[in-house]
Amino acid sequence: MIPVEIADVKKNYGSLKAVDGVSLSVIKGEVFALLGPNGAGKTTLIEIMEGLRKQDSGSVKVLELDPWENGGELHKKIGVIPQNFTFFEKANPKEAISYYASLFGVEVSPGKILKEVLLEDSATNLFENLSGGQKQKMGLALSMVNNPELLFLDEPTTGLDPNARRAIWEVIMGFKNKGTTVILTTHYLEEAEHLSDRVAIMNEGHIAAIGTVDEIIEAHGSGERLEVHGSEKMADYIKANTDLKVEFDGKDLISINIDRKHDALAAMAAIEASELEWHELRTRRDSLEDVFIKLVRGVVDAQGEVTFSGKKVSNNDGGQ
Amino acid sequence: MFSLKRTLADLRLFGKGYLRNRIGLFFGLIFPVILILIFGAIFSGGSNGPFPLYVQNNDGGQVSTSLISVLNGTDTVRVKLVSSSENFSNYLSVHSISDGLIIPANFTASYIAGAPINVTIYRNPSSSSSAVVQGTTFGVLNSFNFEYYAHNSPPIIGAVLTTANSQIYRYVDFLIPGLIGFSILVSPMFSLVNISSEYKKIKLFKQLSLTPLTKLEWLGSKVIFYIFLSSVSFLLMVGVGSALFKANVVLSLWLIPFLILGPMLFSSLGMLVGTVSRNTETASVIGNVVTFPMMFLSGTFFPVASMPMYLQAIAHVLPLYYIIDGLNAVMIYSNYSAALLDIGIVTVITVAAFVIAARLFKWRED
Repeated sequence: MIPVEIADVKKNYGSLKAVDGVSLSVIKGEVFALLGPNGAGKTTLIEIMEGLRKQDSGSVKVLELDPWENGGELHKKIGVIPQNFTFFEKANPKEAISYYASLFGVEVSPGKILKEVLLEDSATNLFENLSGGQKQKMGLALSMVNNPELLFLDEPTTGLDPNARRAIWEVIMGFKNKGTTVILTTHYLEEAEHLSDRVAIMNEGHIAAIGTVDEIIEAHGSGERLEVHGSEKMADYIKANTDLKVEFDGKDLISINIDRKHDALAAMAAIEASELEWHELRTRRDSLEDVFIKLVRGVVDAQGEVTFSGKKVSNNDGGQ
Repeated sequence: MFSLKRTLADLRLFGKGYLRNRIGLFFGLIFPVILILIFGAIFSGGSNGPFPLYVQNNDGGQVSTSLISVLNGTDTVRVKLVSSSENFSNYLSVHSISDGLIIPANFTASYIAGAPINVTIYRNPSSSSSAVVQGTTFGVLNSFNFEYYAHNSPPIIGAVLTTANSQIYRYVDFLIPGLIGFSILVSPMFSLVNISSEYKKIKLFKQLSLTPLTKLEWLGSKVIFYIFLSSVSFLLMVGVGSALFKANVVLSLWLIPFLILGPMLFSSLGMLVGTVSRNTETASVIGNVVTFPMMFLSGTFFPVASMPMYLQAIAHVLPLYYIIDGLNAVMIYSNYSAALLDIGIVTVITVAAFVIAARLFKWRED
């Protein structure tokens, strides 16, 4: 069974195309990350899969159910942590787990679940007194109560400090090791790289790239390059004396595309033959970040906003 | 499918949270009692002191004058004389007085001659203060009987008991049902306006929609909680009102429909306000606009009958009016056919409010 299968899904908010023709499927047992800046449509897409929103068009099958029409049945089989997970302020994690267990009609041991999400020390602290990381852990705990086959985590570590983020990763890795299928959204590249088996890079309602991190870099990166610090004169020399693709960054970095093994040797021979000054010769591959920047045409900051040459681009995500 | 088990699980968690929130507890239980203490103290001051006894002395002789002065000398009654020219029964009725005594014209002469003579005592059998006045009057009359005659002779002064044709109620009698209505309105209304708009804002409803809990079960648990809270508040208020201010309230099974329908009505109305409002601020404004006229014009602090006609007309369109009117009908007048009519009206409004609230209230967005 393919846990999630969606085809040509569209969702508009007025004139804004939040999700614009997305098709993808998620394989059983994998951690699948939807990576993209704010406003890319990640939350809308994940909420359509959870049955919280209805798509305007396209087909959605989650655990072979239509999430909007069969939400009740689906929700018994999935676990969800919505973006900015919140709970009744005057309830503690232990009570929250018992509450969810009663709602789902299952018997669970709150202590065991709290241990699994590394929250046993705060079992009886009221939700209002928990830290951001502890609140997210409580969300993870609640999403486990019904022993779900499929887990949706919408920006599980947004706004958390690095230590809390790593602790959440540890819990998610635990789910993965148990064989639970996990779909998460994030704007942290590191998170997608660390946790996921496959990544879909989403931008402006589209899937810009999908696959394993290596596959995406292979498909959308500019391949392997030889980088050397030197003058523009040297860059021109290499261009004139080889058939290699050479770029100069305007300062002192020369970048040479290596499509074949022989290209590296030819480039080094040309550098030597130029008799010009150079230093720090190295080969480099595009990282996920390089590809991501290329695909979303900007840099994403810690808050998930896309920045073009230092200027923030307004968008209207806010969890839509 | 509606599941009682899920409803009770939600009720348990909500109840725990409520008990941990001191502000809610204060406004839900303590505040109405404080209001009873304040208004009761203001309007029923001196009710424990000497009670007025209105006397019409048609005799004017020595014995009747002496009788009046002995009555006045007790700690429990203060005689207030009514002119012989007044129609005594009318006088009592017009002035809302329950306790009166008529001394007949030939009282002194008969007493001296040893001829039996009857006085007329007016009292209100359902009033405890009236019983005190009546007891004192009997005591004084008996002392006059014993003074001149042997113990084994029949009493010379007899008494004819009658009831004043006036309804004798004190402010505090109205205050108890009024403030019970107040607490039935305020706690569920403000709470549901607040939580329904707040949970929408922080997307807690959306989260709950991902569990098997249905919106009907969620709303049901709030209704059950506020029925329970209103019942506790009811007992507190009746207890305090009766103990401290000797409020005369009748407790009857007829009160149960009001204690169930009232919280259900205002939970639904609060939910409705929270649901139709765009944000928590708007919800709070609309909540106040709906609640405040009801709080003052439905007979909470003052009986509706004592208000000008145009305000009475407004009161008749406020749902709380029918609850307080019904509580008054049961607790003060024991008029069950009036209560039945109120129950009918409140049932219709409640069912309508509940159905509309449950319909418009959305777990998830589309």
